Amino acid sequence: MEMQQFYYDNKIVKKFIYATIVFGVVGMLVGLILALMFLFPNMTDGISWLSFGRLRPLHTNAVIFAFVGNAMFAGVYYSLQRLLKARMFSDFLSNLNFWGWQLIIVAAAVSLPLGYSTSKEYAELEWPIDIAIALIWVAFGINMIGTILKRRERHLYVAIWFYIATFVTVAVLHIFNSLELPVTAMKSYSVYAGVQDALVQWWYGHNAVAFFLTTPFLGLMYYFVPKAANRPVYSYRLSIVHFWSLIFLYIWAGPHHLLYSALPTWAQNLGVVFSIMLIAPSWGGMINGLLTLRGVWDKVRVDPVLKFFVVAITGYGMATFEGPMLSLKNVNAIAHFTDWIIAHVHVGALAWNGFMAFGIIYWLIPRMTKSTLYSIKLANFHFWIGTLGIILYTLPMYVAGFTQASMWKQFNPDGTLTYGNFLETVTQIMPMYWMRAAGGLLYLTGMLVLVYNIIQTVRAGATIEDELAEAPALQQISAGRIKGEKYHAWLERKPIQLTIFAVIAILIGGIVQIVPTIMIKSNIPTIASVKPYSPLELEGRDLYIREGCVSCHSQMVRPFRSEVERYGPQSKAGEFVYDHPFLWGSKRTGPDLLREGGKYNDNWHFNHFYSPQSISAGSIMPAYKWLFANEAMDISLIEKKMQAMQTLGVPYSDADIANAQKDLRAQALKIEENLKSDPDFVNSYDNSRKKVEASGEKFVPMNEREIVALIAYIQRLGTDIKVK
Amino acid sequence: MFEQIKHNMETIAGVAIYPILSLLIFFAFFVGLGIWVYSYKKEKIEELSQIPLNDSQTL
Repeated sequence: MEMQQFYYDNKIVKKFIYATIVFGVVGMLVGLILALMFLFPNMTDGISWLSFGRLRPLHTNAVIFAFVGNAMFAGVYYSLQRLLKARMFSDFLSNLNFWGWQLIIVAAAVSLPLGYSTSKEYAELEWPIDIAIALIWVAFGINMIGTILKRRERHLYVAIWFYIATFVTVAVLHIFNSLELPVTAMKSYSVYAGVQDALVQWWYGHNAVAFFLTTPFLGLMYYFVPKAANRPVYSYRLSIVHFWSLIFLYIWAGPHHLLYSALPTWAQNLGVVFSIMLIAPSWGGMINGLLTLRGVWDKVRVDPVLKFFVVAITGYGMATFEGPMLSLKNVNAIAHFTDWIIAHVHVGALAWNGFMAFGIIYWLIPRMTKSTLYSIKLANFHFWIGTLGIILYTLPMYVAGFTQASMWKQFNPDGTLTYGNFLETVTQIMPMYWMRAAGGLLYLTGMLVLVYNIIQTVRAGATIEDELAEAPALQQISAGRIKGEKYHAWLERKPIQLTIFAVIAILIGGIVQIVPTIMIKSNIPTIASVKPYSPLELEGRDLYIREGCVSCHSQMVRPFRSEVERYGPQSKAGEFVYDHPFLWGSKRTGPDLLREGGKYNDNWHFNHFYSPQSISAGSIMPAYKWLFANEAMDISLIEKKMQAMQTLGVPYSDADIANAQKDLRAQALKIEENLKSDPDFVNSYDNSRKKVEASGEKFVPMNEREIVALIAYIQRLGTDIKVK
Repeated sequence: MFEQIKHNMETIAGVAIYPILSLLIFFAFFVGLGIWVYSYKKEKIEELSQIPLNDSQTL
């Protein structure tokens, strides 16, 4: 048999590992800053691009797509070549994948703090960046499939199945969730509205967790755990069952993010049932990973790589047990909107993704530099401080979630809410926020130890070069050989067929849920009194999106006595039919705002946005002083925005659009008039006018500033069907 | 637990066929998967699971 020589591309792996480390530090650092903002809400006072609402999507995007994404690419590029005994299909595509991905990350790091956001969680990036993501992702896919086609190993190892499923599913999810109508180069509206937008978003959001954070890392687990333990996976049969049942079930579970919301109940229940079933394949995979270490547990005592893997897989097991539990409606009623969810995702991110990535980095770098790790002791230190960090992060968040949910639901014997002031339920859990920040600091410290350890290892080791390898070319299989073969073995040999089956498996669930919700009108009953937003309110809504208010405030009153008592009538599907995008939110750091309109007067909101603490002592909401700046709001796009909405089916008449500027000004002047009813406002307004005019600048009247639009939007919320 | 699931689809005509169909699809999927997996030859499974460990023929 003729042996062929070729080089494994190690340089691309090196690049992705370095990017993983750099963006890991950045993502975790931003996370720590956000944790500190719970304690010192105005620590970046007045700096719009460092405000909580704008940094929060930066943190999630940096950790998911930059840190975990680059780690995934590093692991895939290393393992795929070796499992297929072939160099990557195209060096150009490898480098396009790398540089394109980093460029997207940089674009995100600039655009998100500047307030360019679609507000859809984990899909906040605006449409030009969405297109770039799709293109780079396809480059990755072509490169992977090309490598598979020119492989020298007949069978596709199960890890590769997971990589293929990752590629096709993320492509489908990303494209369908990012369908949006551009207004300008950096502004767009989701083509879906309200309930439909919510369903598509959480079909995406849930499966981004499934197919970006889980399946690729399961593939990496099936490669790197056997490598590090130097023994085959516990049960290859189980891994096959694991793969097919996981991808078949996962895609259905998205609606569990919308339990008790205005989503049709049948879709909610479907999400619950499939979420419960998911525990089986998830734990099958976890057990398969852990039992791979049977007989070599003594190695776990000395090898930091295996330690990281064991905690990672255990974290996967905990998160995938907790997930189905959280999907039970009665548990979800407590956990949803609280810090419990924050704990849940951080078990997944810190333990499963983080520790898998660390283990892989500690295993790969010494091999590629042909040396040994600079310090095993430091790696062990990283392991322990990281584990402690996870515990110190998550435990207080569980307590905080339970505590706050219980306080939200507590009634007095006379039927009134015991903690009628939302703020009381926040101040109660402040100690937990302190502990969480400490946990995050420990975890970040561990990451910095890794940075030092890896730098020292690379400095002492050989330069990372492409690796020469040899393997026989793949022989054509003769017809005679196939004849005698069992019916099932062909699938592992046929990547295209395997990909098609995987696509079918993931499409069934998505189609069953999404098509009826979009096609069947009766699923979203309309309400006659619900009208489109006025031009000023629409501008205000865009500010609400820009500032990331949705990070901390929901707009979804669930049908519980405690919520109806606190916020007003429960949400109905028909209320959201003009909401492109939906703004239901997923976390209540502050109260729900669906029925906020008319609760307080304009002056209250004016003062509250300027200094929340002056209205509610102890509030942890940051001030939004830049909305008050002596600058006119940009309203030049209002007609284009309304036309876009018209295209999407919002019933604005042509006359509405023609009169937009006039209507907008009239409503703004009315709010300015209302504000003048407060003598304090009149006083300070006059003073600031004198000050500005004395400095020679042009004074912008209050009705032209951004804050007025935001107040108009807030005052509109929920008033369409408000029962007086 | 199933109280909440029971009633919300009763209004669709002929709805009873859907749960039966779903059950059949799932049953067939997992039975098929089981048969497929357990009809592998033991040596084949061994060979497949060794793939990651056989990749080190580097020079």
